[in-house]
Amino acid sequence: MTDTGDMPSVPLDGDPVPRDGALPAHSLEGAGTRPFGVYVHVPFCVTRCGYCDFNTYTADELRSRDGSATASRETYAGQAVAELALARRVLGDAEVPVRTVFVGGGTPTLLPPEDLGRILAAVDTEFGLEAGAEVTTEANPETVDRDYLLRLRDAGFTRVSFGMQSARPHVLAVLDRTHTPGRPERCVAWAREAGFEHVNLDLIYGTPGETDEDWAESLRAAVAAGPDHVSAYSLIVEEGTRLAARVRRGELAAPDDDTMADRYLMADELLSAAGLRWYEVSNWAAAPDARSRHNLLYWTGGDWWGVGPGAHSHVGGTRWWNVKHPAAYAARLAGGGTPAQAREVLDAADRRFERILLELRIAEGCPLHLLDDAGRRAAKEAVADGLLDEAAHAHGRAVLTLRGRLLADAVVRDLT
Amino acid sequence: MPQPNRTDPALIRNFCIIAHIDHGKSTLADRMLQLTGVVEDRQMRAQYLDRMDIERERGITIKSQAVRLPFTAVDDASYVLNLIDTPGHVDFSYEVSRSLAACEGAVLLVDAAQGIEAQTLANLYLALENDLAVVPVLNKIDLPAAQPEKYAAELANIIGCDPSEVLRVSAKTGEGVAELLNEIVRRVPPPVGDADAPARAMIFDSVYDTYRGVVTYVRVVDGQLGTRERIAMMSTGATHEMLEVGVISPEPTRVEGLGVGEVGYLITGVKDVRQSRVGDTVTSAVKGATEMLSGYQDPKPMVFSGLYPIEGTDYPVLRDALEKLQLNDAALVFEPETSAALGFGFRCGFLGLLHLEITRARLEREFNLDLISTAPNVVYQVAMENGEEHTVTNPSEFPAGKIAEVREPVVRGTLLAPADYVGPIMELCQARRGVLLGMDYLSEDRVEMRYTLPLAEIVFDFFDQLKSRTKGYASLDYEPSGDQAADLVKVDILLQGETVDAFSAIVHKDKAYSYGVEMTKKLRELIPRQQFEVPVQAAIGSRVIARENIRAIRKDVLSKCYGGDISRKRKLLEKQKEGKKRMKMVGRVEVPQEAFISALSTEPAGEKDKKK
Repeated sequence: MTDTGDMPSVPLDGDPVPRDGALPAHSLEGAGTRPFGVYVHVPFCVTRCGYCDFNTYTADELRSRDGSATASRETYAGQAVAELALARRVLGDAEVPVRTVFVGGGTPTLLPPEDLGRILAAVDTEFGLEAGAEVTTEANPETVDRDYLLRLRDAGFTRVSFGMQSARPHVLAVLDRTHTPGRPERCVAWAREAGFEHVNLDLIYGTPGETDEDWAESLRAAVAAGPDHVSAYSLIVEEGTRLAARVRRGELAAPDDDTMADRYLMADELLSAAGLRWYEVSNWAAAPDARSRHNLLYWTGGDWWGVGPGAHSHVGGTRWWNVKHPAAYAARLAGGGTPAQAREVLDAADRRFERILLELRIAEGCPLHLLDDAGRRAAKEAVADGLLDEAAHAHGRAVLTLRGRLLADAVVRDLT
Repeated sequence: MPQPNRTDPALIRNFCIIAHIDHGKSTLADRMLQLTGVVEDRQMRAQYLDRMDIERERGITIKSQAVRLPFTAVDDASYVLNLIDTPGHVDFSYEVSRSLAACEGAVLLVDAAQGIEAQTLANLYLALENDLAVVPVLNKIDLPAAQPEKYAAELANIIGCDPSEVLRVSAKTGEGVAELLNEIVRRVPPPVGDADAPARAMIFDSVYDTYRGVVTYVRVVDGQLGTRERIAMMSTGATHEMLEVGVISPEPTRVEGLGVGEVGYLITGVKDVRQSRVGDTVTSAVKGATEMLSGYQDPKPMVFSGLYPIEGTDYPVLRDALEKLQLNDAALVFEPETSAALGFGFRCGFLGLLHLEITRARLEREFNLDLISTAPNVVYQVAMENGEEHTVTNPSEFPAGKIAEVREPVVRGTLLAPADYVGPIMELCQARRGVLLGMDYLSEDRVEMRYTLPLAEIVFDFFDQLKSRTKGYASLDYEPSGDQAADLVKVDILLQGETVDAFSAIVHKDKAYSYGVEMTKKLRELIPRQQFEVPVQAAIGSRVIARENIRAIRKDVLSKCYGGDISRKRKLLEKQKEGKKRMKMVGRVEVPQEAFISALSTEPAGEKDKKK
């Protein structure tokens, strides 16, 4: 789910990438001294949900006009392994042990656990998995059962993230989520039985037709299932989705920002009361070690290699992204070249801007020394406006208050 | 054919055409040009004399022109007809009066389907006051809707002639135009002047030409003006070398000189029309006349508005553009002004609303400028209790402190309308603090109403209101008529406690509340929510009379930001930051430029978008 988020359309164009995927020398410098992770994108779903604009494909969408498959999930693990081998070549001789792995989608659990295990084994072979590495996969509650989870655990996964979204059937129906109520909660129990150390539930609020009470009910159900991590996202009606069409036709009414803000406050209140503390705008964890170390790597300037169609990578100030279609992706790798479509080499100003925008979103905040004079003045005003925490500011950090979290983008614009 | 400089005044007829917009003045002028042979048919283009694009588009004449037409009348004598085209709008009534003063006769041209309009009537009265011979003419008699009998009776009634003396023409087809020219020869008296006296010529127009400098249009009253002599402007005593004398027929043609009663142009190398002002008297620098022709006035701006470039970097372009327009517009005045809300601009003075509109349109069109203009206001005289006097041309400069009296300019307005609309017009005028002076029936169903109205009430959407309440049938003319003391207050609009200077207005005490409510509502809708609550207040001094709140925005965050989102998110935020830079800051409140533009427009909030 990390490929495309709730981002209004900003054209993303970049510079060309050499066919062998080689990185600028300065980006390779220091590789291995920064935390390193691997993201694997599994671009398959059984059906496409009405709200979803992620880079994922149903079997039908992958068939060409004559009915033959242009790409398939059966051959996917092999391609991912091939890209990992390319990654190893690009990163050269540097020791880059892998601290975190995250498999997202799409629906990773449409692949047999053995395929996920094969990819994980290739990560270990090419780079070496650190002792105690965090290895997460997203899972659709409908596509897994006790047995599947046991096999995942055996394959080396340590953390599982279930897409629960809501506890209310009418809300799930609007989202086109087909799972039966109660199923995610059972999945959490099975995962615990299987020995997973960390379990996350993803929730969505602000679905058309959802009431405050529906949302409270979903939060209560999620908390009762006993995960040690909850992610809660506001639903964004993305252009080009079926949901957007239904809203445009007036069949559904999208909630306004004030309602979204209220739901966020409810989430923070209920989750905090259940002992889950916020550590990023949309993420709450039961303990410091329950935080998603992989996601923290994104937010703190770590390196990662993104494997799979449309996956994004970052190594030492160079960001690149793969071609989106699974068939194009497969063809690039089969030809022996990089599947990267384009890249962006960040300059010092970009990197400073990114640090502020990313670090400001987490509970540790960003150090005030990153800010220029105008930014520091703006930070003082933000403290006065109740958007930044006064005590943290006194200790040299810009940390969002509860109200500030809801206005994080505005604060970023003021501080940069 | 009589030659310039040697034309017997007895063969000269100087006349103008008084007509309302759309009543066919320019078309009639075109026919006259063709009929007298000064323009060949194949060179004819519509509205030959209207040279400015805006004039042609809007069907009005902003600057007057004068054209010399040779005409052989029915008596077989060769005459010289000088057609002096007058500006067609109340804003330019002074220029109209000078054009009229250059003539001995006027053609009163009225649309046979519509009858006379207020402005035409006003100009007619002006012509009668100047003792001009009036030749009444109904135009457009070829129209199916023409009612020549009815309107001939109306015209006859107004000028006191017999309906049979009202000529009937169709400028479009040319029918009756030759007869009209003969009637002009017959009814308009020839000019009279002293050929041996020192030269005296009245300037009735002054036009800046990029290649020639200022072209001054004159009517010679006494004596003679020739090339290669120095001339003097009697109002200032400034002297200039005469580089060229000519007549327009219909293209400029150089001549030896101009004699008594003749009309033509002078070129002196002057670069600015303010050195060659309408109404001034030209004489010889040596042994010139000692007495000016009467009627000269300095142009006096009546309406003021702040003009600001939307792009701050266009400020120097705007200044150059205003300077260029001023070369050709002695009535345009401007001085730099700074608005906290709008940045750097100019406070500009205009003769009236049309003058403002045309100036603005020309700035935008000819100089490619995007402008914001503040609501037009008039000039107030403010007397303080401590004896100080202030002249206020910008509401934000209205003095604080104890005010003894505020005086505002008033006008005498003449409204003409079908009798059915008397009620709505009275309502409107009453709402605008008008005082009815009198009312007359011009014919059975047409009424002339006379009002004293504060000019300030007219400059703000009065015409639009009048038109909409009378389905477009009513017409209005007005002339300055002194000033009056009035119960006026300044209403300030405050955003989060900061006055937004561009929105300050001087209004009558009884209307302060509704102005305040309207503006605060408008702004609440137009200004986006900020990170904090923003009170929008209207206040008189320190007393708040209306208040709205712009609630604080509560959510401005994208909930997901993972590995693949970062580049896009950075670019999005950078783009938003760019947008933020274009915002105008009022205190800490970010106000989009569009909010100012919409709030300053007379339309209700939101109307503009609906029209798109």
